[in-house]
Amino acid sequence: MAETFIIIPGRTSRQGAGISEGKFKKNYQEEISQLQISPEDMQRLNLQPGDWVRVSSESGHIEVQIKPAKGGELPPGLLFIAYGDLSSRLMGADTHGSGMPTSKAFDVEMVALPNHKPAPAT
Amino acid sequence: MATAETSPPPVSEEFKIIQDATCTFCGCVCDDIDLKVQGHKIVEAKRACVLGTAWFLEHEIEDRPMCLIRGQEASVAEGIERASQILADAKYPLIYGMSDTTVESQRVAVGIGDWIGGLVDTTTSVCHGPSGMAFQGVGEVTCSLGEVRNRGDLIIFWGANPAESHPRHFTKYSLMPKGMFVPRGRKDRTCVVVDVRKTKSAKAADIFVQIKPRKDFEALWTLRALANGVDLDPEEVERETGQPYTLWTDLMDRMKAARFGVIFFGMGLTMTRGKHANTEALMALTRDMNKHTRFVCKANRGHGNVSGADNVVTWRTGYPFGVNLARGYPRFNPGEYTASDVLARKEADAAMIIAADPMANFSQPAREHLKSIPYIAFDLKETPTTRAAEVAFTVATYGINVPGTVYRMDDVPIPLRPAFESPNPSDLSILNGIEKRVRELKAAEGN
Ligand code: SF4
Repeated sequence: MAETFIIIPGRTSRQGAGISEGKFKKNYQEEISQLQISPEDMQRLNLQPGDWVRVSSESGHIEVQIKPAKGGELPPGLLFIAYGDLSSRLMGADTHGSGMPTSKAFDVEMVALPNHKPAPAT
Repeated sequence: MATAETSPPPVSEEFKIIQDATCTFCGCVCDDIDLKVQGHKIVEAKRACVLGTAWFLEHEIEDRPMCLIRGQEASVAEGIERASQILADAKYPLIYGMSDTTVESQRVAVGIGDWIGGLVDTTTSVCHGPSGMAFQGVGEVTCSLGEVRNRGDLIIFWGANPAESHPRHFTKYSLMPKGMFVPRGRKDRTCVVVDVRKTKSAKAADIFVQIKPRKDFEALWTLRALANGVDLDPEEVERETGQPYTLWTDLMDRMKAARFGVIFFGMGLTMTRGKHANTEALMALTRDMNKHTRFVCKANRGHGNVSGADNVVTWRTGYPFGVNLARGYPRFNPGEYTASDVLARKEADAAMIIAADPMANFSQPAREHLKSIPYIAFDLKETPTTRAAEVAFTVATYGINVPGTVYRMDDVPIPLRPAFESPNPSDLSILNGIEKRVRELKAAEGN
């Protein structure tokens, strides 16, 4: 069943260093393709690291693998993903007259995909 | 090199040391990096952080064509000609990016925008653009990072995570240094982090204030009320902010007792609902605090020369970003003339993207439209934006190969000290070529 969360896309040092290495290289691609979730939410939803979930916003949806947030970084109800292609897919285009789309702390629905097989990379 | 129009500079395999090189990866613009260089490779970057190390060590010369037109290798001269045609023919061209290049290049890019009657917008619009709007509304009480280093005794980070985005912020400027009026360094400073996540920066704080998501505005106005002696309902404060009233009164007492308080703020404020209203609240709070003591605020700027972009666009047009030059004089209207909007609304019919990656960072409608129009991309490396460009230039890296000036996040200009020459052209040389050719084409149009 889908549940509502608040997602925060943001910078991580691995994503930042990955930009210099190259955006098509492993470090950057791995870092922007993992959704962090609080260990409490993982336990409650019976999710394991590496499980696939679908995350949907008003503007789009992504399928992504999860990992637990470390060191109490995320309280229950919050998700984090490093800035990149996937986070941009969830972001709306409306800037409310500011030039800036609402890119952090917006609502998404998350649902587990227990039998998900990712499409082979093209 | 795949394309060698000029013979590459001779490569010496001996080590050389470049002292006090400038890192341009983030807005800290650390200018104390000692580089060990061998030929076309930097093998060591002393004092650089994890991001700076990747910046210096990963920018060796790659085997890529200097210019691609529709994915086919072309000469730089052909690229300049095609780019100039695209820009001169367009009705509503967009020039965007510019935060990862020198002020010298930014200056020419704005000039091109003027000649073609286009839009000029920088990555500021999708980082601290809302702060720029707030700044126009309430002003900004601010200072240089040197003053923070020498005076700051209460350092607040709000919606900012420098431990991951500006890793030397704490050690070089804000927390650890021993300064003139804070001789014991970290021991003389109190650090407060306000955030919705317990970030890596929160772990460096003496006090971490975890507020409810999307409640920055309410939390800032709580502090404004306390600074101005306005009574509040403690229960409502806790319900709105997620933290007890007593925490806010304690924080306000500390803020009033500080000799030199500083608030660094980040995109937790500008990218979250409220945007410029959030940063306006923070700037107004800073102003309020000056009734009690000395207090300043400063945006933690991300890209190496995004502050330069604000400065250059402002001194050339009067406005910091989102400027429309179509009528021959500048007009400023975020939301109307900003890159993300003109692309998502399918208005721009051509674009020139300089050192930015909207194909990775913009909303899906904006990306789809950009992909459908002819555009020119300048970058050091291959990115989603260079891949979909009609004309893509591989340029030399600013600060590593190219000299010039950048502005640190506190608007202090810093010179670059390059490490080695690149066979790739600088974006400045290409932009100069485009400006010259665009003027010719526009003059011919007028005849
Ligand atoms: S803090 Fe920023 S400017 Fe300084 S070395 Fe690190 S990435 Fe470079």
